Amino acid sequence: MPVPPSRSRIAAATRQGVTIVVALALLAGVWEGYKAMGTATGGVWPGTSIELLVAPNDLIMPHVQDIWGTLWEPVQRERDEILAVFLLKSAGFTLLEAAAGFAVGVTVGLLLAVLMLRSKVAERGILPWINISQTVPLIALAPIIVTWGVSTVLSKPQAVALIASYLTFFPVAVNGLRGLQSPTRADVDLMRSLAAPWRATLFKLRFPAARPYLFPAFKLAATLSVVGAIVGEISSGVGGGLGRVILDFASRYTTGPPRLYAAVVMAAVLGLFVFGLVSVIERTLLHGRTQPTLT
Amino acid sequence: MSVPAVSIGALDMTFNAGTRSEVTALTSIDLDIEPGEFVSLIGPSGCGKSTLLRIIADLQIPTTGTVSVFGKAAHQARLDRDYGMAFQRAALFDWRRVHANVELPLELIGWSKEEREARAREMLALVKLTGFGDHYPWQLSGGMQQRVAIARALAFRPKLLLMDEPFGALDEMTREHMQTELLRIYGELGTTVVFVTHSIPEAVFLSSRVVVLSARPGTIHSIIGVDLGSRDEDTREHADFFEKTTEVREALREIEGDHT
Repeated sequence: MPVPPSRSRIAAATRQGVTIVVALALLAGVWEGYKAMGTATGGVWPGTSIELLVAPNDLIMPHVQDIWGTLWEPVQRERDEILAVFLLKSAGFTLLEAAAGFAVGVTVGLLLAVLMLRSKVAERGILPWINISQTVPLIALAPIIVTWGVSTVLSKPQAVALIASYLTFFPVAVNGLRGLQSPTRADVDLMRSLAAPWRATLFKLRFPAARPYLFPAFKLAATLSVVGAIVGEISSGVGGGLGRVILDFASRYTTGPPRLYAAVVMAAVLGLFVFGLVSVIERTLLHGRTQPTLT
Repeated sequence: MSVPAVSIGALDMTFNAGTRSEVTALTSIDLDIEPGEFVSLIGPSGCGKSTLLRIIADLQIPTTGTVSVFGKAAHQARLDRDYGMAFQRAALFDWRRVHANVELPLELIGWSKEEREARAREMLALVKLTGFGDHYPWQLSGGMQQRVAIARALAFRPKLLLMDEPFGALDEMTREHMQTELLRIYGELGTTVVFVTHSIPEAVFLSSRVVVLSARPGTIHSIIGVDLGSRDEDTREHADFFEKTTEVREALREIEGDHT
């Protein structure tokens, strides 16, 4: 009856990998197709005189191969380092901030979820604030957090991590609460009939039952932590990460349009990377333990 | 006389008392269950039979009246783990293997790993699931899942087993087979059993006494003693069995008659 685990797991991972490659190829195809069409018609929609929304020239929309090519060129004249390495280093810096933000956000989110589970009063009192917290634009909040952070004990990158955690705690708290409340009455009755203390019910029933709710939240939180870190870097002027790189390349856009695109693509790759990382952890932890859903 | 396994005196249960949606679930319930008895609670839906079981289990607090289990207050009996419980949905934890589900109560009590594993093997043998310990619950059939639930409920050898329509979701063949198995286990362990069901043949086949409850408000209509001696599959075709099922059926029809 049990599905052989290794084969299906590899198959699933392969399928996902192929999907991503196909999606990227499709995106590149659409990009180049649009440019080719626009160049052929002289910047209007075919058969009309309506101008295209985005001019298809090489300044606004550099060729895919130029974006790829710029990765292997030196970052600056008289420097050996190529752009790809420079972007990877910057991504690594941002990844550290994002990881710290993710850790703080997940911890805070789980604590809030448990607190709201424990007390209806807390749920009614806290949940609206959690929702309101996400309506404040992060860009507006980021400089304040950095100012407060560096005025206390935090370094600037630590303050950026705090900004990232502001985005990540939200899905964890909200989905976590739903997950912790997901056991059926019979499940909870069983634990009570066994005179299980509250903590045993939490760790032996509620948290394991919450995993199918928590992992999607973790995946979302992981990508949000990258977004938060980059936005935090941009609005606080922290150097060393992808945020500053994007800012620099944007301000000197005309000297090399493909470079900005390369940096943005790198940011997307970083998001995909953390998403994939959490997915792998999820598969390892959950595989075979829950009923496979029929598709 | 020995201390009753369960003793219920002048019990009333009212939900949402003092509000518009007030419902009297149970009223003036008096019932003593002796150690070693197998007692079924049967009645039309909404008669409060499951509520009564949950009150015995201290999962619900009665509005008035007393409940004692082996001479202790129900609350203390729950804390002392004097009973094991099985539910209609087996309530097995999906993420635990079968043996780990059976070990759950022992984990909570604080047994060592070796003791737990030994007892889980023993219990799985008792419910004839040797070799299934490493499966996950969803890999088992409904009947097998209920066996695991019974093994879990009895893992710490409680003197009382409370069962809330445990075979309600099973098909008829599996159900009859499970009944025979339950009697065998009951015979081997000498546990007292309180069994909620809405099946007349099930109640008669299993029980030494059938408690017939009437609905709205739930009261004890009658208590029917059954003595079928040692039972097997052939018992279901005996005249005694027919006679008792008829008696229970007529009691239930009388209740229905009061309301229609």
